[in-house]
Amino acid sequence: MSRQPLTFDQNKLTDLEQTVQETLAKAQTQGASAVEVALGLNQGLSVTARLGELETLEHHRDQGLSLTVYLGQRKGSASTNDLNPDSIQETVTKAINFARLGGEDEAAGLPEKDWLATSFPDLDQHHPWPIDADQALAIAIECEQAARAVSSEINNSEGASVTAHEGVSVFANSLGFCHSHLATRHSLGCSVLGRRGEEMQRDYWYTVARDAGHLQAAAEVGRIAGERTVKRLGARGLSTRQCPVLLAPEIARSLLGSFAGAISGGNLYRKSTFLLDAKDTRIFPEFIHIHEQPLLPGALASASYDAEGVATRIKDLVKDGVLLDYLLDTYSARKLGLASTGNAGGVHNMTLDAGNLDFNGLLKQMDTGLLVTELLGQGVNLVTGDYSRGAAGFWVERGEIQYPVEEITIAGNLKDMFQSIVAVGNDVDRRGSIHTGSILLANLSVAGS
Amino acid sequence: MNDLLQHAEQTLLLRSGLSAQDLDKVMGRMLGPAIDAADIYLQHCRTESWIMESGLLKQASHSIEQGAGVRVISGEKTGFAYSDTLELPALLTAAEHVSAIARQGQNALSASQSQPNYVKRYPAENPLTGLEDTEKVAFLHELDRYTRTLDSRIEEVIVHLAGNYEHILVMNPEAGLVADVRPLTRLNVTVIMVENGRRERASMGGGGRFDFRRFIDGKLGEEYAREAVRQALVNLKAEAAPAGVMTVVLGPGWPGILLHEAIGHGLEGDFNRKGTSAFSGKVGSQVASPLCTVVDDGTLADRRGSLTIDDEGVPSQCTVLIENGVLKGYMQDRLNARLMGVAPTGNGRRESYAHLPMPRMTNTYMLPGEHDPGEIIASVPDGLYAKNFGGGQVDITSGKFVFSASEAYRIENGKITYPVKGATLIGNGPDVLTRVSMVGNDLELDSGVGTCGKEGQSVPVGVGQPTLRIEGLTVGGTAQ
Repeated sequence: MSRQPLTFDQNKLTDLEQTVQETLAKAQTQGASAVEVALGLNQGLSVTARLGELETLEHHRDQGLSLTVYLGQRKGSASTNDLNPDSIQETVTKAINFARLGGEDEAAGLPEKDWLATSFPDLDQHHPWPIDADQALAIAIECEQAARAVSSEINNSEGASVTAHEGVSVFANSLGFCHSHLATRHSLGCSVLGRRGEEMQRDYWYTVARDAGHLQAAAEVGRIAGERTVKRLGARGLSTRQCPVLLAPEIARSLLGSFAGAISGGNLYRKSTFLLDAKDTRIFPEFIHIHEQPLLPGALASASYDAEGVATRIKDLVKDGVLLDYLLDTYSARKLGLASTGNAGGVHNMTLDAGNLDFNGLLKQMDTGLLVTELLGQGVNLVTGDYSRGAAGFWVERGEIQYPVEEITIAGNLKDMFQSIVAVGNDVDRRGSIHTGSILLANLSVAGS
Repeated sequence: MNDLLQHAEQTLLLRSGLSAQDLDKVMGRMLGPAIDAADIYLQHCRTESWIMESGLLKQASHSIEQGAGVRVISGEKTGFAYSDTLELPALLTAAEHVSAIARQGQNALSASQSQPNYVKRYPAENPLTGLEDTEKVAFLHELDRYTRTLDSRIEEVIVHLAGNYEHILVMNPEAGLVADVRPLTRLNVTVIMVENGRRERASMGGGGRFDFRRFIDGKLGEEYAREAVRQALVNLKAEAAPAGVMTVVLGPGWPGILLHEAIGHGLEGDFNRKGTSAFSGKVGSQVASPLCTVVDDGTLADRRGSLTIDDEGVPSQCTVLIENGVLKGYMQDRLNARLMGVAPTGNGRRESYAHLPMPRMTNTYMLPGEHDPGEIIASVPDGLYAKNFGGGQVDITSGKFVFSASEAYRIENGKITYPVKGATLIGNGPDVLTRVSMVGNDLELDSGVGTCGKEGQSVPVGVGQPTLRIEGLTVGGTAQ
């Protein structure tokens, strides 16, 4: 059952760059005044073990080429995952034909040339994991075993999975930008079920990194998944109340995700955000600082250029609680009369500065309130800031977890929620493009039984 | 059905220089002594998307996606690989990779059976070419103009037209070589409205397995525009939603997302085979009030969730999930049906060739009851009327589910009094339907915009229900 995944080499990069350049040239020959082309190729392995045995073995290989062409101020786009010359030709023709139908949009176009990235530091993104299916299976089995060994109440499993991925992406535009980069992404996760009487609960844990050497150990991932599941058994409802709420780091991340959405260019120029015209105003308490660290070596969302080739930059988004900057791509920047902030495609390691307290310290500070460890649903309205989501977690008294709670909602308005942050933990979760510790909110509406 | 097969062979095999014999060769490479099942899935999909904003055609995009997935199953083990080139060497390599999962074992794959008889649930025509591109653009301009005339408080209008045309070819020893050709289109109108400095956004859309032309002929765009404006105006006046447990009346149609989240996912075969669903082992028990009969029906003509055959070549069917409150059965793909010793139900679906099939819903809805909807609202002394919803989510193990109201009203003394802001409703799947106390006679299906996500895979689905009165759902508002 073994197959050593191949690693991309320099020849492959050269091939792909050539395909991209040829596509770009084709589009120009057909009349495009400006073009951008992106090409990605990913391959990998994913192995899942369930109840101690192999459940699925998947070999992945994905490729795709996408291009955007401009005829003056008119734009057309097309993509294909079939890279034979005929399909690429058809894709170019489609994009040009669609651009002919497009409206004259004065904000349309490639980035300004001086916005483009010119330096490409090594961001430590490429660490192929030379693992075969048998080795991956052994890790998954070890992980799941550790989870099931946590307690006799753990009686079932959704399995443990190991993935190893490697990708190459090339981006070029007709301003002369052409760059490619290699990146890897590996993960290990486990999800198990516990039963107590009629009640069943499930929880999970995972680790993800560019370098497999930075993954949490299999036994540790499994143990945490098992412990999280067992802790949820015995869940009760909670009566409707107002109380302090502590968001665990993986949940706090989604609150910051809503913040990122509210200051993103698309929502700003459409005036569909509750943070419209909020720049230079205090939207968080004074002790809150949020910045972006695009060049963090080894981090999952590091990049020296964004999805349009624009240089990313280290920047303060919020300083002393005051909103200083937006997240803009080229189009939204032009609509707003500003410069791109290098955020086409999202944020790069957006970081909420950690406070002094660890997780237990925050529980003590909260004293009595709700610890949220899971959110359900999408009840966030970025236009108004209205927020209402399903939740599960733990009731806390005197700084100690008392019992798990479920079938409740938390609700408020994001504007008020941002202002009501009283502390940020140093238990920072870096498993995504947003890095944050736990966040303690002074007061929120909790609805329940 | 032969025309479908011809159609698909043309697109998927001839263009790539492949033949049915080549697929046999690939299948031969996958089959072995310990293999219980195997399939080859070829797919070609063209997608178009047109976005009108600020009165301009801003985005027009086209994409081609094609590839082949090969899978072998041995007991509960699955090996899977895919290729985005439809060439014999790539398929043979993929086949070799997957057959590695079965090194030992003694089962043998049963011989090929006869080709089942399929009923086409939608036309096999290309929905993208029913209108010329210039006609699409003219239609979008006209709809944008029309929408802007509806109300002076409209600040922005976004119209999105999208469609895809998909060919699939499935080969497995049970069904032989079978094909489907699937059109799918969708139109959405979004408005942003402002009044006294307050801003709201609302969206309405619809679609199905039909041609773009139907949006014009049926004047559906205008209908969606009026509805989006109406919803935005309601929300501009909405007050804080209540917090706590109350009687909730759900409107007909799209609020059927309740059924999808609260019980639908919990009745998918994979979760029940593994015993991870709150509904595991409950076939034959009373899981809903006797007023409730719920089906999953992939056979409805032209619906977004409908399928002629599923992605494993099984004809779609109408599966009774709950009858008069009693759980009748689960939705199955081939793998889980075989392991549970039941027949597949035509619910084996996959997002694409690059994803593994799983049991998924098609169109899930509740059959009508006998109450007049007005009578149902009049029966509630104090509660919430939730007319429309955004999305939802469920934890199938604990059974807890949520869905978010996008248009809701307070009911006081049997009357709808004022609109309240969108709030999340949360409940417990295995018992929510036991609290259904009245079922309306007004069954409606949704307009055709649903997309369901499961384990990272998205597939189009439909939902529907009549007006329902449910006792004791938790409403996640902020009003004290």
